[in-house]
Amino acid sequence: MAIGEDLKLYWLYVKLSVRAQLQYRAAFLLAALGQFLITGVEFLGVWALFERFGRLHSWSLPEVAVFYGLVNCTFACADALSRGFDQFGVLYIKTGHFDRLLLRPRSTILQLAGHELALRRIGRFVQGLIVLVWAASVLNVEWSFARVSLVLFTILGGACLFFGLIIVQATLAFWTTETLEIMNTLTYGGVEAAQYPMAIYHIAFRRFFTFVVPLACVSYFPVVGVLGIADPLGSPRWFQYLAPASGILFLSACLVLWQWGIKHYTSTGS
Amino acid sequence: MAQILVENLTKTFRVAKRQAGLWGAVTGLVHRTYHDIPALAGIDFTIEESELVGYIGPNGAGKSTTVKILSGILVPTAGRCEVNGVTPWTNRLQHVQSIGVVFGQRTQLWWDLPVIESFEVLRAIYRIPAAVFRKNSARLIERLQLQDFLDIPVRQLSLGQRMRSDLAAALLHGPRLLFLDEPTIGLDAVSKLAVRDFIKMLNRDDGVTVILTTHDMDDIEALCQRVMVIGGGKIVSDGSLAALRATVSHERRLIVDLVNAQEVIEEPAARMVERHGRRVELAFDPREVSPAQLISRIAAKHAIQDLFVEHPPIERIIADLYAKHGELEA
Amino acid sequence: MKRFLPYMAVVSARYRMLLQYRAAAFAGLVTQCFWGAIRLMIVAAFYAASAPAQPMSLLEVVAYIWLGQAFFGMLPWNIDEEFAQKVRDGSVAYDLLRPVDLYAFWYSHTLAYRTAPTTLRAIPLGCLAMLVLPRLGLAEWALGAPPSWVSGVLFSVSLIGAAALSTAITMLTNISLLWTISAAGMDRIMPAVVTVFAGMVIPLPLFPDWVQPFLRLQPFRGLVDVPFRIYSGNIPPTVALLEIVSQGVWVGCLVWLGRVLLARGTRKLVVQGG
Repeated sequence: MAIGEDLKLYWLYVKLSVRAQLQYRAAFLLAALGQFLITGVEFLGVWALFERFGRLHSWSLPEVAVFYGLVNCTFACADALSRGFDQFGVLYIKTGHFDRLLLRPRSTILQLAGHELALRRIGRFVQGLIVLVWAASVLNVEWSFARVSLVLFTILGGACLFFGLIIVQATLAFWTTETLEIMNTLTYGGVEAAQYPMAIYHIAFRRFFTFVVPLACVSYFPVVGVLGIADPLGSPRWFQYLAPASGILFLSACLVLWQWGIKHYTSTGS
Repeated sequence: MAQILVENLTKTFRVAKRQAGLWGAVTGLVHRTYHDIPALAGIDFTIEESELVGYIGPNGAGKSTTVKILSGILVPTAGRCEVNGVTPWTNRLQHVQSIGVVFGQRTQLWWDLPVIESFEVLRAIYRIPAAVFRKNSARLIERLQLQDFLDIPVRQLSLGQRMRSDLAAALLHGPRLLFLDEPTIGLDAVSKLAVRDFIKMLNRDDGVTVILTTHDMDDIEALCQRVMVIGGGKIVSDGSLAALRATVSHERRLIVDLVNAQEVIEEPAARMVERHGRRVELAFDPREVSPAQLISRIAAKHAIQDLFVEHPPIERIIADLYAKHGELEA
Repeated sequence: MKRFLPYMAVVSARYRMLLQYRAAAFAGLVTQCFWGAIRLMIVAAFYAASAPAQPMSLLEVVAYIWLGQAFFGMLPWNIDEEFAQKVRDGSVAYDLLRPVDLYAFWYSHTLAYRTAPTTLRAIPLGCLAMLVLPRLGLAEWALGAPPSWVSGVLFSVSLIGAAALSTAITMLTNISLLWTISAAGMDRIMPAVVTVFAGMVIPLPLFPDWVQPFLRLQPFRGLVDVPFRIYSGNIPPTVALLEIVSQGVWVGCLVWLGRVLLARGTRKLVVQGG
């Protein structure tokens, strides 16, 4: 079956990438530690603000911590696959190496995802996980099967969303060879924003992140569902449970854009 | 049916005109003007299975454009093209499974992996069944003499070793059609011969169709029964090497080593090209005087130690042909 | 004056090179506006949700956030890649052959590296935050002017101090490369440490009261917290003078430390042969 073979190939890429990185164990550990620290200090800010102000509208620190932890874990997953894409212009277009990917009978997305599995991203993941676990223990969440599934579904949908954004960033390289930092606005900026419940933001902002880049659908709404509270924005429970699917839909749209990019590349030559 | 069928293949590149200066850059953001660069002006040819074809031409003539279209990574503006019955750019996945491509200047192997591990990755990529892979790789390793450096990372290989590894890599999945782009560039003499011998054997014994793009005329002379010359986006010559020579000139060369270095050869049907002491190189048209006639005439008047009859160097032929069609090689 | 010519040349050359990356600078501008907007909304939400008086008013925090985005590039984030490369391949030894003071030479180089990109971002972002936002009816989100021209002047001086301080800290991180060639240790930990203690995560006064004494004793506050609070008047002019002096003291100490370590480090290089 095609998917099975793709997974097999991806697994091979992963093994090679991991082996190469673990060869320089000290460097990897330090890099992971660095990631852990630089992403972790953000929570320090969250904590300090709660220490001083006590509450954020209807939200308590542990509740915000769930938003924070989940989006960090989610993004770390997507970020681990991103190296081939965020260096796409430099490594593949400028060098002409993309031609070689086209000459192989496999999906270009698969080959680029296999470029590297950036293990150091585990730093962000661990930090997010710690915060998430702490929050869950303090909040006494009733972990039903539905809620656990929702968490996993959110991570999946969210990782798809971020992966889609990363792919769009690479797609731009088909038209311009300059790395467009502008996409970082949506990825890193998106993570920053989603660390807090989206309800606190301006309505235009919320609308953008619900209907254009459905970030709220893979962070805010499902977390409200996990917490089991009433949504200040008024969304129904069923929507909160289904919202992460929008991340998967978003990724599909980005993949269409990618194909369009390839079409442009193959008709204009390099 | 021909393995490769190309009909009226046309490719025009649309390039944005770069405006000079800051003002130009600003206006360029709003209003773009383009000009069209015709790379291929409607070319036609067919290639049968197991042919070994040289595809040559000056830089910018359209060689790499043709190869890119045939390999499926470039879409033409107009015309028809079928390789193994399939249109390359519309059936990419199916098409590239049946071809191999080697770029002389860029390796496809993974820089930090030992050669044999690159092969293993390619096995997964091309979905080669284990038994087939074992057989193919063993054969290729033996034929290209790769045993000694299979475990060495590609970045540590010499150019010759890397090129041989790349050749093997391109053939692991058993393609019936191989595109070679400058395979001997930068190689030492020994490696060049090894690569040429391998290509010849591949074509002769395994029947693999080979399309060879090169600037090295020794490659062409050593390997190609058929040569296609492209110039200015059009095929200007397509046939055997002999026919190619004839297109440019029928001239042949006679090199005579005289016994007496002082003698001067005066022969109306031949013109002197070069003279070094005893050695005299003459050019003549075999349509006006046959080699045998010329030799007997000269032998009658001079004492000869040795003589050779040759074609003019292929470079000369090609240079004349390129000059006819615009760009000269740099 | 002539003695400074080589250093000035280095600074100017670096500026010219970095100013070429205009498209990147524009993209960075958009990114920073976005980040600024997010932080503003978060902080405003906290302020709106609670009543008690805080060490900083919301307006002061707004100014702080905008200035933080504008002068982001000046933080001693990372090592100078050029220098790192020179250490890696040993060509740093050639610099020892030049008839210039090595520390001063690299200090000038790093100073330009730290300040040139900022110039491209700070001015447009500042204009946008200060002038455009009020026109769009978003005056409460705008960057207000300093409360007095004295504050403004002191701000400029402290900004220079911040640049000098940032360069001195970067120099120390660079110099650490002479010991740990793979640039492992320090440059992985540095960014996180700097971000927190300079006040880039949240303004330092907003950290809990019990931690304030410690925060006052570290050098990084001179990078962000001090200059931006001088701007908004949160640090009144009289105190500001003291703060600027303490910036200078820190710069002096770190430069002295840097020179000592550099001398030791290069001696090690020469002895070991690189």
